[in-house]
Amino acid sequence: MQKMEMHILEILTDDARTSVGQIAAMLGLSEDAVQAAIAGLEEQRIILKYPALINWEKVDVEEVEALIEVRVTPERDHGFDAIAEQIYRFEEVRNVYLMSGGYDLLVMLKSSSLKKLALFVAQKLSTIDGVLSTATHFVLKRYKSEGVILDEKTEDRRLKVSP
Amino acid sequence: MNYDQILCRRVAEVPPSGIRKFFDVVSEMKGVVSLGVGEPDFNTPWGYSDAAIYSLRKGHTHYTSNWGLLELRKAIAEYMEMRFQVEYDPKKQILVTVGASEGIDIALRALVEPGDEVLVPDPSYVSYAPGVTFAGGVCVPVRTDAEHAFKLTPEALREVITPKTKAMILPYPNNPTGAVMTRADMEAIAAVLRETNIIVISDEIYAELTYEGKHVCFAEIPGMWERTITLNGFSKAFAMTGWRLGYACGPTELISVLCKIHQYAIMCAPTAGQFAAIEALKSSMQSDFAEVRRMVDTYDRRRRLIVSGLRNAGVTCHEPKGAFYAFPAVPKGLTSQQFCEKLLWEKKVAAVPGDAFGELGEGFFRCSYAASNENILKAVERIGELVSEL
Repeated sequence: MQKMEMHILEILTDDARTSVGQIAAMLGLSEDAVQAAIAGLEEQRIILKYPALINWEKVDVEEVEALIEVRVTPERDHGFDAIAEQIYRFEEVRNVYLMSGGYDLLVMLKSSSLKKLALFVAQKLSTIDGVLSTATHFVLKRYKSEGVILDEKTEDRRLKVSP
Repeated sequence: MNYDQILCRRVAEVPPSGIRKFFDVVSEMKGVVSLGVGEPDFNTPWGYSDAAIYSLRKGHTHYTSNWGLLELRKAIAEYMEMRFQVEYDPKKQILVTVGASEGIDIALRALVEPGDEVLVPDPSYVSYAPGVTFAGGVCVPVRTDAEHAFKLTPEALREVITPKTKAMILPYPNNPTGAVMTRADMEAIAAVLRETNIIVISDEIYAELTYEGKHVCFAEIPGMWERTITLNGFSKAFAMTGWRLGYACGPTELISVLCKIHQYAIMCAPTAGQFAAIEALKSSMQSDFAEVRRMVDTYDRRRRLIVSGLRNAGVTCHEPKGAFYAFPAVPKGLTSQQFCEKLLWEKKVAAVPGDAFGELGEGFFRCSYAASNENILKAVERIGELVSEL
């Protein structure tokens, strides 16, 4: 990957709303060049989406999130991929990662109630062929997400003018 | 009591900093977007702070050697060699100071006899000229200008050298102009100095914040090592301003005299900060300066953003190549002070009038881009409004 593209990815990771004009100014490039580079990154599915980072704890909605450790038996020809797909196809599933260590797949789920989530694990997840066991951990509180400390106000503690 | 008759005249006669006056106004106003801040907007990386906290827990709450912790001096020596290809003996040629600021003060006091002249590029950081005066010397400004990108030129240097010239301050990358000196620029200065006994106090606190090419340490230029006191510190590159930690490097004969003043005046730099600094250097050297690079990349983007923004706003601005300041020209018809006051009162943007940095800073204003993109864009927009209304 070119250095310019790395810079663009860093800028957008920090603030996805940064305009093409601003990115062009920041990198000393033409707007056309930046536009083309972003289009290329989207085309290659390197940039997938431009979401906002939201502190849902402050939003008045009932929601539970769980991390589920899943141990599975890999399939002869497909390894973990086929079974992972059977899991990630469910809309409730937010993230699926293949892990090293004591279990194989880390599955992250969101649901509107604890009961629904538990049912999903019992009825959908555990019953998939090849799933050996599951261990469900509910999230109680988020402190930091995507590098952002959730409860901290970002205030400028510097003197307003200094030499 | 009549204090005027009691106070040391050469201290009393130094005018208060032009920045202070501005600060008093700005700190009382609400909703000001400040481009007036001369320090990083990043907090100290937590790993460095954690090392200091750990040192306190372990009971490292005593004086260190006057020179600073040997482990820190060794790390500084390794860093200077790795980063700038300059060698110093950690036992005799590196002194840990209370910020590079202390380094400026004690270097001047170690060198200057009453009446000695010290050359200071104009415009430059606010502390040099008063520092020379406090040491009993005479500050002689050396002109730099936008036409030469505010670099020190051999011609300007030759004009001001006299038999009384004792030392020269070489502050690059420069606050407030953002100027840097390339190797060729430095060679040209070195050629002039070789004919003299002038000692160079090279304040390289912004060395890491060099955006095009790599910083060249003046001591690395052939023949300059033995006449150069290199000052640097942790404030800018490692976002550690409040820790007050810097260092002075140079020939044993010079640094030992700096240490003599330091040991009587200061004793030693703060101990906890020295532990944070060891962590800053060691973790940076182990990670190929990833953290430093992340900050420098961010400043570099803001640098382009502010310069293009100012130019689009109709302001003349030469391209700064180092530190985190743009130094654009004040629109015709106004002094720096008048423009900055208008900017503050009418548009609520704080920038520092260029004359705070020397006579030749008149006609310019300093905009720090150690500020968020959002604030830079907001400020530049308001500057544009003011310029169009003039």
